[in-house]
Amino acid sequence: MPGKTGINWFYYAAPQTFYPLAGRLIPVFAVLAALLAVWGLYIGFFVAPTDHQQGESYRIIFIHVPSAWMSMFLYVTMAFWAGLGLIFNTRLSAMMASAIAPTGALMTFIALWTGALWGRPTWGAYWVWDARLTSELILLFLYIGFMALQAAIDDPRRADKAGAIIALVGVVNVPIIYFSVQWWNTLHQGASVSITRAPTMAKTMLLGMLVMALAFWMYSIAATLARLRPIILERERRSDWARELLGKGT
Amino acid sequence: MNWGSWSNFWAMGGYGFYVWGSYAVCFGALVVELVLLSRRRRRALAELRRTVNRKVQSDETEN
Repeated sequence: MPGKTGINWFYYAAPQTFYPLAGRLIPVFAVLAALLAVWGLYIGFFVAPTDHQQGESYRIIFIHVPSAWMSMFLYVTMAFWAGLGLIFNTRLSAMMASAIAPTGALMTFIALWTGALWGRPTWGAYWVWDARLTSELILLFLYIGFMALQAAIDDPRRADKAGAIIALVGVVNVPIIYFSVQWWNTLHQGASVSITRAPTMAKTMLLGMLVMALAFWMYSIAATLARLRPIILERERRSDWARELLGKGT
Repeated sequence: MNWGSWSNFWAMGGYGFYVWGSYAVCFGALVVELVLLSRRRRRALAELRRTVNRKVQSDETEN
């Protein structure tokens, strides 16, 4: 079923056609991630000025906000692919969801860790049980629950279905994280960047944060694809195309 | 941003522990993920090789 562009998107929905494509895409996203990270860190440490309230401690923002954004974005993406796999019973979408989960969990961990180290000098505590922090911690447990459930079920297709249900139910948590700073009284500051109003920070600080967010995004895509390839091999190793792959020396 | 000296840079205005503690753990976590990814790739390929060899052997004994 070729679309208007003449590209048959369904062609790449098969694991054996996506496997080599993913292999070609990984270095592209990895190089983009590295270049953006160098640029973003340069802005973050050598261009952006000292914050007049928080001093230099605010420089944690250049990894804290990007990892927190990615933790939520990756969860929604994971739930999307898991849901697609549940509805259409497509193999590759379920594998995509499994490939995203560990990177999502890692981003959540980084967001919590950097948040704790930022919280101590600014609030006087590494951890408080407020809405934003607690819902982000629940996000980490959702990722871990998804991975543990899939690991506990031997039949991959059943593991996909069970994981998809956890992933979809857990999506409810993402808007709770995002809006928690508006819905509840919290120590955590509100959004620094919003679509509806001007950003509340210096331009170079904002630029550094956005460049780092792009770097984290590109890294997440590269890591997800690099995990998707072995997942495909693990599940398809009895197929003819996988056997032929060995002959090509991949 | 002009830090003046490297020691000022590493001190981060007294917040060095928090800033570098954040960046070090973040970087370390990403490195750990990359190591695990390359290990998983090698294991998947080795497992594929074993599966294919087993199949070749069982085909030979059948003939």
